[in-house]
Amino acid sequence: MTGKTVSEKLLSEKSGEDVKAGEYVEASVDVMMTHDVTGPLTFEVFEDVTGDDAALSDPDSTVITIDHHAPADGVEAANNHNIVREFAAEYGAQQYEVGDGICHQVLVEEGFVDPGDLVIGADSHSTTFGGVGAFGTGVGSTDLGTAFATGDLWFRVPETLRFEVEGDLPEGVYAKDLILKFIGDVGFAGCTYMTAEYAGSAIDDLPVHERLVLSNMAIEMGGKAGILEPDERTVDFLEAQTGRNVDIPDWTQADDDAAYEAVHTYRADDLAPQVSKPSNPENAVDVGEVEGTPIDQLFVGTCTNGRYEDIRIVADIIEGEQLAPNVRMVVVPASRSVYKQMMDTGVMGTFVDAGAIVQSAGCGPCFGTHQGVLGDGDVCLATANRNFPGREGSMESSVYLASPATVGASALYGEITDPRSVDLNRYDDYVLTEGTA
Amino acid sequence: MSDIDTTEPGRAWLFGDDIDTDQIIPSRFLVSSDPEELGEHAFNDLRPDFAENVADGDFVVGGENFGSGSSREHAPLSLLGAGVDGVVAQSFARIFYRNGINLGLPVLICPAADRIDDGDEISLRLEEGTVVNHTRDERYDADPLPGFLQELVDSGGLKPYTKAKLGTK
Repeated sequence: MTGKTVSEKLLSEKSGEDVKAGEYVEASVDVMMTHDVTGPLTFEVFEDVTGDDAALSDPDSTVITIDHHAPADGVEAANNHNIVREFAAEYGAQQYEVGDGICHQVLVEEGFVDPGDLVIGADSHSTTFGGVGAFGTGVGSTDLGTAFATGDLWFRVPETLRFEVEGDLPEGVYAKDLILKFIGDVGFAGCTYMTAEYAGSAIDDLPVHERLVLSNMAIEMGGKAGILEPDERTVDFLEAQTGRNVDIPDWTQADDDAAYEAVHTYRADDLAPQVSKPSNPENAVDVGEVEGTPIDQLFVGTCTNGRYEDIRIVADIIEGEQLAPNVRMVVVPASRSVYKQMMDTGVMGTFVDAGAIVQSAGCGPCFGTHQGVLGDGDVCLATANRNFPGREGSMESSVYLASPATVGASALYGEITDPRSVDLNRYDDYVLTEGTA
Repeated sequence: MSDIDTTEPGRAWLFGDDIDTDQIIPSRFLVSSDPEELGEHAFNDLRPDFAENVADGDFVVGGENFGSGSSREHAPLSLLGAGVDGVVAQSFARIFYRNGINLGLPVLICPAADRIDDGDEISLRLEEGTVVNHTRDERYDADPLPGFLQELVDSGGLKPYTKAKLGTK
């Protein structure tokens, strides 16, 4: 009898059944989330299945944000925002406004997610919550609308792919580089139907804001979830962030003899900064292979790399400098709180002085409809998570994905630049070092 | 949208590997949740002739990892709205597959889907897990749904299943 993975333990706990990978369960969900794009369809399903007795199973843990078409980029989007507001008011859901931030960031900042929780979101990047030791997974609106009513959902218990990185990350290599490397190695569908577990000494050393990056992009290899086992750092982070002292449930720790689909091991020393070429995240290469590629736009933000620590790394690089000629930079903080920290620490001024555009918190051009979309032939280097054809605008545009450090260094030269050619910083979680960072 | 009968032959519309949901329904059309309206923009940028020419009862055929990327249920909904009776692919991305089952859009994993050409007439036998290619006079094995999911489909999808559970009138 082999041991269990985090996913097997967590779904056993939440279903009350002793299950292994491949089995189907109905499990009790702790937190549910939707937003202005997937929300209206979710609400229709909820009202259809509940009929005259419509009530949310857990209004305090039902969260709705307005982040995708935010601020409204047209009348239809504005009307959808009103549908969100009306639904939240009628049923008592927790609603966040335009400018409050991206759903995944808001849920973490506002303390909705604890280690060991089962979290579903009608957004594919709901895998993000694995960064604090929760099983987060993206679902459709029918899934979510029915779960709004029942508090339960069906799951296939996933197999697990484990990624282990040992040693100290070299200069210029961040969590973003690790996840692009993983995706490049296993492929865009390499983790489909499975959970990615991340472990090893280099991963243990990561601050929470970088752990969230690894979990966030698990979906870019098809992952159902991307989980790091929570530890003391997770507890400290959540206490500083939310003022609550949380426990680490035993079902968040994998057994030593757990059965994995495969284990991929890396030595941190061997790794270089990564860039994913158009038009798929799996096209990851060492930065040297694309160095010198001319760029038109830089985009700093998203649920992947729009946190204060990410934006600060870029600001440190461009402080006192001007963007390279003929390059524009769009900065979109992941939340209002990030926006506020940018103001309080002078980072906002750094961007404005360098010639960048700083916008209100939300998904920004990663949703491809507003706030800096790309035209025909435009080339963008982004801290984002997806570079599919047309993802940030024109089908004739191209997007390269990289870490904030690579984007910051490239801003100075107007072409893809090795971040190791400039002075770089690495930050612990801002909430743990506030005042000293 | 019409009643789905996968045993009636329909035209196969062929798409390749890694077709993500941005390609199935681009983000600028997500301001609507109406299947018919979404259907008018299915594959809008990738294959503009699709929405114009697709007929009720046609099928979409994909390669590996069909429906990857965003969780938007608007993607399978747009195909239903366009009149598509089912999607056959060598493999599916997880959320699209799940959404298809929940919505009652037949989704069939068929490793031999690459034998199908654009424009072939095909039909599906869901219970047996068979794809019939009428143009080439061939039959391909597909994975029948696992028991739990077949139960869900038999009860009409996740909505009727949930209604029964809640006792909703």
